[in-house]
Amino acid sequence: MTEPTHHLTPQLLMAYSAGTLPEAFDLIVASHVSLCDTCRAELASYDAVGGALLEAETDGFRGIELDASSRSDVLAAIRNEEPAAPAPAPAPKCGDPRVPTPLAPYIGGGLDTVKWRSVGMGVKQSILPTSPGATARLLYIPAGTAVPDHGHNGTEVTLVLKGAFEDEDGRFARGDVEVATEELNHTPVADISEDCICLAVTDAPLRFKGLLPRLAQPFLKI
Amino acid sequence: MAAARIRHMLRTQISAFGSAPAPVLPRAAAKHPERISRRAESITVTDPKPDARPGWVDQMIRVRDDRSEDDFVALFDHFAPRVKAFLMRSGSDASLAEECAQEVMVTVWNKAHMFDPGRASVATWIFTIARNKKIDVLRRQRRPEPEDLPWGPEPEPDQTEVLALQQETETLGEALAALPDKQRQLIEKAYFGDLTHSEIAAETGLPLGTIKSRIRLALDRLRHAMQQKQ
Repeated sequence: MTEPTHHLTPQLLMAYSAGTLPEAFDLIVASHVSLCDTCRAELASYDAVGGALLEAETDGFRGIELDASSRSDVLAAIRNEEPAAPAPAPAPKCGDPRVPTPLAPYIGGGLDTVKWRSVGMGVKQSILPTSPGATARLLYIPAGTAVPDHGHNGTEVTLVLKGAFEDEDGRFARGDVEVATEELNHTPVADISEDCICLAVTDAPLRFKGLLPRLAQPFLKI
Repeated sequence: MAAARIRHMLRTQISAFGSAPAPVLPRAAAKHPERISRRAESITVTDPKPDARPGWVDQMIRVRDDRSEDDFVALFDHFAPRVKAFLMRSGSDASLAEECAQEVMVTVWNKAHMFDPGRASVATWIFTIARNKKIDVLRRQRRPEPEDLPWGPEPEPDQTEVLALQQETETLGEALAALPDKQRQLIEKAYFGDLTHSEIAAETGLPLGTIKSRIRLALDRLRHAMQQKQ
């Protein structure tokens, strides 16, 4: 497998490590890291920062003590524990190799059985069930098609699962992520050779420039 | 991919952060005089257990391999109050944090077979367990995790790699302690405050752009400190 060339930002990796992201962003970070050894290693370094902070005697940790019975409670708990079960088998892999393991439980089968809803101009989407705070969706962009020009109020992160697209920031192929913030107005266009499927996560509604997409926006949950 | 290559990448990444330049900055010395002086002498002479490596790795391995309760108690006494404090800073009240800290330590015992000193320090491993507990209990959220790597046939990593990782981790702690107060506090808030950058902005009264650039500055400083050592 070729390594991705477009990576997650340090901010996203650090927030994933700290455990402060909404579920939809956790999903896209975990999915990209499953495909990208560079970000996997960088994530490990942010976990190490978390470990170093836990080890350090930071100001906020002073004066916090355990309950008097804490240690004996825990010792009782580990002594009562059943003999350690053998390590659980890893979660069954999704039948579709294009679906990263963390994403599989969110879409059930493979990319071929997704229930799409049209958002116009051939582009289709499927919203994935996550906790509030951010929205995760699969986007289906037919070969050679452009997603309507849009800006963002918040952050939009896009991970390519199949095919490729190109916009003002470059070309994005399988495993690549694009992190778009308020400043970026972009028009992603799918490669002519193949339909493109992406996982896209937003923390605020997109802003489409044209009037029609803007009117349709409240209904389409884009 | 070979486990060895991944391990090497992990170490290289961590060393991108760690290590304060010598001489150790005054702030670190003032804050942890015992640590500094112990490091200044030979660890093998002054450490109460001459064969003990730093960072609790020997205790954790005896918990893992020998199910040693004595070593578990030592780990408990060190880490359980920290885990409780971490959860309280993340917004939990004292009784829930106590309950969760106990559960985290029971997990440390039950999942000890998954501890791999070539992948993470003891503190880092316990941090990830505590963080997952925080997401599960305090934030009531699912946590998608990356697909685990096949770590290759050999169960034990190369001992020099283990030692290198522990040393990188220790120097990372020193570099964190040596950061200017404001930068260190922002990183602490980002990890332990359970605050988004916008919420940190609201709490500190600093504009969002300033928060982001200060966190970036703090991380750059950590990386720079390490490069000077290499």
